[in-house]
Amino acid sequence: METAPKPGRDVPPKKDKLQTKRKKPRRYWEEETVPTRDGASPGPPCNKKNRELRPQRRKNAHILKKSRISKKPQVPKKPREWKNPESQRSLSGAQDPFPGPAPVSVEVVQKFCRIDKSRKLPRSKAKTRSRLEVAEAEEEETSIKAARSELLLAEEPGFLEGEDGEDTAKICQADIVEAVDIASAAKHFDLNLRQFGPYRLNYSRTGRHLAFGGRRGHVAALDWVTKKLMCEINVMEAVRDIRFLHSEALLAVAQNRWLHIYDNQGIELHCIRRCDRVTRLEFLPFHFLLATASETGFLTYLDVSVGKIVAALNARAGRLDVMSQNPYNAVIHLGHSNGTVSLWSPAMKEPLAKILCHRGGVRAVAVDSTGTYMATSGLDHQLKIFDLRGTYQPLSTRTLPHGAGHLAFSQRGLLVAGMGDVVNIWAGQGKASPPSLEQPYLTHRLSGPVHGLQFCPFEDVLGVGHSGGITSMLVPGAGEPNFDGLESNPYRSRKQRQEWEVKALLEKVPAELICLDPRALAKVDVISLEQGKKERIERLGYDPEAKSPFQPKPKQKGRSSTASLVKRKRKVMDEEHRVDEYWDGLGLPQATPSCLCLCPCQPATSHCPCVLPLSGPQDKVRQSLQQQQQQQQQQQQHKEVKAKSTGARPSALDRFVH
Amino acid sequence: MKVKMLSRNPDNYVRETKLDLQRVPRNYDPTLHPFEVPREYVRALNATKLERVFAKPFLASLDGHRDGVNCLAKHPKNLATVLSGACDGEVRIWNLTQRNCIRTIQAHEGFVRGICTRFCGTSFFTVGDDKTVKQWKMDGPGYGEEEEPLHTILGKTVYTGIDHHWKEAVFATCGQQVDIWDEQRTNPICSMTWGFDSISSVKFNPVETFLLGSCASDRNIVLYDMRQATPLKKVILDMRTNTICWNPMEAFIFTAANEDYNLYTFDMRALDTPVMVHMDHVSAVLDVDYSPTGKEFVSASFDKSIRIFPVDKSRSREVYHTKRMQHVICVKWTSDSKYIMCGSDEMNIRLWKANASEKLGVLTSREKAAKDYNQKLKEKFQHYPHIKRIARHRHLPKSIYSQIQEQRIMKEARRRKEVNRIKHSKPGSVPIVSEKKKHIVAVVK
Repeated sequence: METAPKPGRDVPPKKDKLQTKRKKPRRYWEEETVPTRDGASPGPPCNKKNRELRPQRRKNAHILKKSRISKKPQVPKKPREWKNPESQRSLSGAQDPFPGPAPVSVEVVQKFCRIDKSRKLPRSKAKTRSRLEVAEAEEEETSIKAARSELLLAEEPGFLEGEDGEDTAKICQADIVEAVDIASAAKHFDLNLRQFGPYRLNYSRTGRHLAFGGRRGHVAALDWVTKKLMCEINVMEAVRDIRFLHSEALLAVAQNRWLHIYDNQGIELHCIRRCDRVTRLEFLPFHFLLATASETGFLTYLDVSVGKIVAALNARAGRLDVMSQNPYNAVIHLGHSNGTVSLWSPAMKEPLAKILCHRGGVRAVAVDSTGTYMATSGLDHQLKIFDLRGTYQPLSTRTLPHGAGHLAFSQRGLLVAGMGDVVNIWAGQGKASPPSLEQPYLTHRLSGPVHGLQFCPFEDVLGVGHSGGITSMLVPGAGEPNFDGLESNPYRSRKQRQEWEVKALLEKVPAELICLDPRALAKVDVISLEQGKKERIERLGYDPEAKSPFQPKPKQKGRSSTASLVKRKRKVMDEEHRVDEYWDGLGLPQATPSCLCLCPCQPATSHCPCVLPLSGPQDKVRQSLQQQQQQQQQQQQHKEVKAKSTGARPSALDRFVH
Repeated sequence: MKVKMLSRNPDNYVRETKLDLQRVPRNYDPTLHPFEVPREYVRALNATKLERVFAKPFLASLDGHRDGVNCLAKHPKNLATVLSGACDGEVRIWNLTQRNCIRTIQAHEGFVRGICTRFCGTSFFTVGDDKTVKQWKMDGPGYGEEEEPLHTILGKTVYTGIDHHWKEAVFATCGQQVDIWDEQRTNPICSMTWGFDSISSVKFNPVETFLLGSCASDRNIVLYDMRQATPLKKVILDMRTNTICWNPMEAFIFTAANEDYNLYTFDMRALDTPVMVHMDHVSAVLDVDYSPTGKEFVSASFDKSIRIFPVDKSRSREVYHTKRMQHVICVKWTSDSKYIMCGSDEMNIRLWKANASEKLGVLTSREKAAKDYNQKLKEKFQHYPHIKRIARHRHLPKSIYSQIQEQRIMKEARRRKEVNRIKHSKPGSVPIVSEKKKHIVAVVK
């Protein structure tokens, strides 16, 4: 939480001493203190004064420039004015109580930092190294600037605290509605729709619109803030799932047989017969992909911008009815009846990973917005939270009396579970920490069993679809308080939406780029780099980058004896050896000069994203996958060999076959 | 119970009237902006594609000469004025903004071999096949006056090139020897020779103004110091160098346009190895000129194209050609670093953009910001194979394209032979000579 910047809190007292020593150049509007100047005419500043100013200014500029290149710039950067707050005066003579740029805390800077500073820079040529250093310093500067901009955020997140000893789980919705302002109280509502129940629901990405579909064919979309109905139809068929596409103008409905797409007036635009018997829908907004899981066991990716099926993957695990997406890397998580959760990308026919989560089937899966935690619940009545970063191990487990049938994460990391007609919400310490399953944060009982759950983005609201209709619950502290106007703006106008749509379509991420680490594209692909180097050496017949062996230069007469030449040679060799050992001890990859240009994994063929050094779980997964493939190939080869050896009589020509 | 709900006042997020700008609150939290790298990659890809779409470098063709354009000169003070000399002895002065000829002089009989402007821009010098050096006023003659040179020097031999000192009233000509002239005198202050062959061009160094470089047809490049009576040193290459050009920012770097289709950038302190060999042309390189930034240069070639090379790259960044442009004889990069002019055999002077996809005219601040952002993105992702392929693609005339293929095959054959020779001889007995050193015969001091 931000506090008002306090003057000089971050300034060490040492600096003050320095400031008093260095005098600031006097400006013409400042009071003249030198008595000899008093008599001078108040004309334009004379040359002498200018001469005094100039060198100092240049010196400062030089320092600033240097500090950009320096490896570790100070975290709160202080420009010149910041250095002596005493002499900082405005025309009126009033002093600025908060001189200089606002101080930023290291934790906030850390949030925006995209480089891992714990890693040392690779061993490379001086030029490469200096460029890397400059890039790193720039990166750091931008993260500081971004952190400083946090001060401008207008809203504070909501919260709910019990007075000492009071359990927040005991607080019911009516109490909250009574306590909050009218505008917030209006966000709590119940839609009594017993006739067509149980309902699935979905909020649009801006959190402004709500669509819901009942099992008996009732489909409606509304602007839930103003309660304005956009459309209401009955599709005369069972509705399994409903989902907004990239904007609120398009609506995908998984009906009993096929997948249908409606616009916001309820007009059917498409009937996609290649996706049949769909049970669950997920929309990947940055890839414009609609992922559908079907009863037939296929996971199908439909590109909604061009209407093509990008991939149809057979999960080979029977009926699929548990699905969720990881919003961090657009990987689809499927829960299976054998207790595993498999991770899928359209670029690969095989799952990226399989995690054994439960004994018995998986009932629900949810992944939080940072892509760090996955919550699963199974038929064994357990609720588990897994760490998706490194180990894929459960962080916490809790057995629930009836088990949870539906799970969802909020933007700020709250976890909701629907168990029968009860909804439980757990909260963690903050956005980046997993929810603690000890004590529920809120509970609520509904008029029917829960069938669909979703937190509304950018609002403290939880939407619950159940057999009695739709309930909009108030959950303080669930939503992200400050939205980004260019990303998803709940208050956008029609024109803004249209402009955003064009931009979003232009930067549609290709489906092949979905992999476990979304930043993999920016990393150096060491393996293919070394492969290329090897090929080049083979092609040329020699190594063009090899260092020629040291040849001591002949010196003055008498000093160039054979013994001294050998000695000098050995000295250089020893030196190199020592340096090599040092670097080997650090265990870092050796950067070649061409390594500086971030050599990527080839996007067109990145079925298996490039293997990177020092990256976590993905490597293990990938390695295991590669091993699997290799083993399969070997097995196949064995089979072939066997077939050959058994099929025909061994002949001398056989050795030419391979 | 203490409770606070997120409750936004719509007035803070929606504009008041239709005349206002829309309010766009920003939050730079990385979790709200997922897929940063893939999205930037796609943006970079789009920017690269758009760059190729908007690459329309040809601006204008200035016609009027009645013979091939042999030499070009920039006005040192006026961006819009350009001087050109043709093979029929005619000199024309052009206005680039109006794209027309403002003055025509019949300066020489036979070729105009060289043209250069005085550093102050008040007059210019021409040399021609008629063994004369003429000085002309930059302004045209008044009404009723005849077009006459300020001075004429009659020499004994043909002069093939001329260049003016960058600060003093001194100029240098070349022919059978390099002559340094004072503007006020009719005899050279000093003449310098090294060997007996005709010298094709002479250039003053713009930074170290007393230094000159010249290239002769006996395959060497000779450097002189004006203050000494004898030349400094020379480097002999495999084939003849046609012109050299000094880097305007780095005093000791110059680039030589060679007959063997390559350009060589030399550091004058170490002539035995060129800093860079620039190869892409498929015929003799006839002229070269540096951009005023000193980061790039443009070269004109007999293969009917001009190419732009970065100083530190061996391959060209850009190639310009048109159907009608024949052998390009002279090329100049304008002083504002934005345009390139080339004069060619078929009597035209062509004006090109130095940056093919640049938008001309005033940019709004948003346009400028978008341009900068795209530029940075392209830079960041330039090595990705898909983007690299698009950014590097150029359409070439069939003649050049097939020549390139042919030369690639030849080069590959030569390399293969070399590798085989190394493979089948005693290790170390066949030296591996780098591409840079291959073309240098000797350095003489």
